[in-house]
Amino acid sequence: MSIVLTNITKNFGKFAALNNIDLEIPEGELVALLGPSGCGKTTLLRIIAGLEQADSGRVVLNGEDKTEQHVSHRGIGFVFQHYALFRHMTVFDNIAFGLRVKPKKHRPSEADIAKKVHALLELVQLDWLHDRFPDQLSGGQRQRIALARALAVEPDVLLLDEPFGALDASVRKDLRQWLRNLHHELNVTSIFVTHDQEEAMEVASQVVVLNHGRIEQQGAPSDIYDHPANAFVSRFIGQTNIFAPDDHDAIWLQTSGLPVNDQNGKIAHVRPHDIEVEKASDEASAHAVLKDWQHLGALIRIELVKNAAHGESATVYAEMPNEQFKRLHLHRGDKVSLRIRNAHWFH
Amino acid sequence: MEAAFVGDWVLDAAVPALDGVLAQLGEGDIRKLIFSTQDLGRWDSLLMTELIRLVNHGANQGIEVDTSSLPEGIQGLLQLVYAIPEPIGARRKATRVSWLEVLGASGLRLFDDVQAIIVFIGETALGLWALMRAKARFRTVDLWTNIQDCGPSALPIITLISLLAGLILAFVGAVQLALFGAEIYIADMVGLGMMREMGSLMTGIIMTGRTGAAFAAQLGTMQVNSEIDALKTMGFKPMEFLVLPRILALIFIMPLLCLYADLMGIVGGALVTVNFFEVSLLQYLNRTADAVHLKDFFIGIVKCGVFGVLIALSGCLRGMQCGRSASDVGDAATSAVVTGIVFIVVADSLITVICNRLGI
Repeated sequence: MSIVLTNITKNFGKFAALNNIDLEIPEGELVALLGPSGCGKTTLLRIIAGLEQADSGRVVLNGEDKTEQHVSHRGIGFVFQHYALFRHMTVFDNIAFGLRVKPKKHRPSEADIAKKVHALLELVQLDWLHDRFPDQLSGGQRQRIALARALAVEPDVLLLDEPFGALDASVRKDLRQWLRNLHHELNVTSIFVTHDQEEAMEVASQVVVLNHGRIEQQGAPSDIYDHPANAFVSRFIGQTNIFAPDDHDAIWLQTSGLPVNDQNGKIAHVRPHDIEVEKASDEASAHAVLKDWQHLGALIRIELVKNAAHGESATVYAEMPNEQFKRLHLHRGDKVSLRIRNAHWFH
Repeated sequence: MEAAFVGDWVLDAAVPALDGVLAQLGEGDIRKLIFSTQDLGRWDSLLMTELIRLVNHGANQGIEVDTSSLPEGIQGLLQLVYAIPEPIGARRKATRVSWLEVLGASGLRLFDDVQAIIVFIGETALGLWALMRAKARFRTVDLWTNIQDCGPSALPIITLISLLAGLILAFVGAVQLALFGAEIYIADMVGLGMMREMGSLMTGIIMTGRTGAAFAAQLGTMQVNSEIDALKTMGFKPMEFLVLPRILALIFIMPLLCLYADLMGIVGGALVTVNFFEVSLLQYLNRTADAVHLKDFFIGIVKCGVFGVLIALSGCLRGMQCGRSASDVGDAATSAVVTGIVFIVVADSLITVICNRLGI
């Protein structure tokens, strides 16, 4: 089911949480609403769900205007950050709950409910837990049960509010992959809210970047990473080195292989992996001093201090594969030369 | 001028007062202050404090202060002291609020509160209407759990409080009545007092603290955990699903608790009268039966039913109004108790006045 939002505005007192949001989500996508905390992403999700009313604007689901409709008539499933499982019910009852309380006309028989619940439990790979209470489950298990509960009523849209926010890192990694696979299997239009850019890039097929109640950019993860629309998106997605050549950096950037003059922007954003690091052959070619490095698995993140002679001294981050770093035989305090391969320019 | 530090400058050591030096700095045309520390013994933070006083004073007078002759350790510490400027705005003045502003704010808050209460009563009424048409949706098991939670589990505390209330009534009455040798009338006093007033009031106040607060905390926690939102997305009306069973449970259980409290009060009165005065238990019970009429009994029961509704309303209202952070739950519970007790006392006075006017 497609989702179309037009002109959504929401104020809390004088604080504008959402500002004229227009958003179109085609059917079957898995979309991430990404932004720093307080940017209005959860509010937007709650407005789509109908848990919150927008001050103005319309919510159209599958071509039907649902702005005035109650949350229960919108055909959505909602997964909350803190699971929101009913504590006094078993896992089975939690999932069956949405079905058992349907009006008599639409209510399936108890046998059908049991069949469906077990099917859902198998889908989330937790069938063996059906008679436990939520308190007896781990965080990751609870969130999967919450997802099963949301799916029980066969929603047209699945909304997830920071679904992995309360989980620890390794569980989160597993669940991301799992959610992606689940989405492939079910193909139900899904929106999830996150402040974790890595999570958004890994799971979503479309990413919507929000800031201060506005949409900064919408697109596929690779688009957003490779062609950020503005400085905020570039800073927010992945790590970036920021240079402002009109200060002292111009010469430094020139010698590092980045032409400064014929660019349409004042500020250069350079991704760490776009910086090549070599051992400096002589004093003249030394651009920076190696300060420290960190292992990020297959990559090494190198902390460099810019040579003060070429402008202000500041830390620059570069990344390179582990193997390459070993070959260079670099030590702390070594002088290195840099080559910047690519930069994004912003005003 | 040269200031020399001599001897041990440690806490608890007798050190010369700096006031003399400070005064000297003030007068005359001293342009530069240097320090000598050849004879300095052990030192600690005391030396630093005094040194900073000197340096600051010198700087205030416009005198050049040369610290280069000080030992390295002291110089380092001094540098640390002056490295961080005093944060601006750290000493915030308490903003003064005029009484008019306070009055206005509390007026607005009262208005909002009254509005919320009226809306809540309206929604509850709609829920009850749905219940009467058999359209309200809640789980019967929830109703029974609530009845168990606020009924039988409350018996021990009700026993204790009511028994003591009866005892106190009896003692207070006995002091006066014994003057006339009319101890037998303690039975009248305890019987009527408990039945008409104390039984229901005590039950009401206990249940506000016990159940009203619990309701607010339960619903508040559900609000914080987004369980209420989850119910909404599944098509439930929280008013029907959560509030109705609680109100019904209290309406059902409160009169019964009141009945029990009345009985315990009379037992308490009897304990005092039979043990301390020459009245037999049978006499006491006979006297009570003569003094208390059915209408007195019913007034107490009806009152308690009303209190039940009020307690449930205030508890659920505050629970549903609860914010989304954990600390809001505590606030909700507190405010439920306050609201509940205010409601109960106001309702009690109203009912008493009405009964008085009607002559019952």
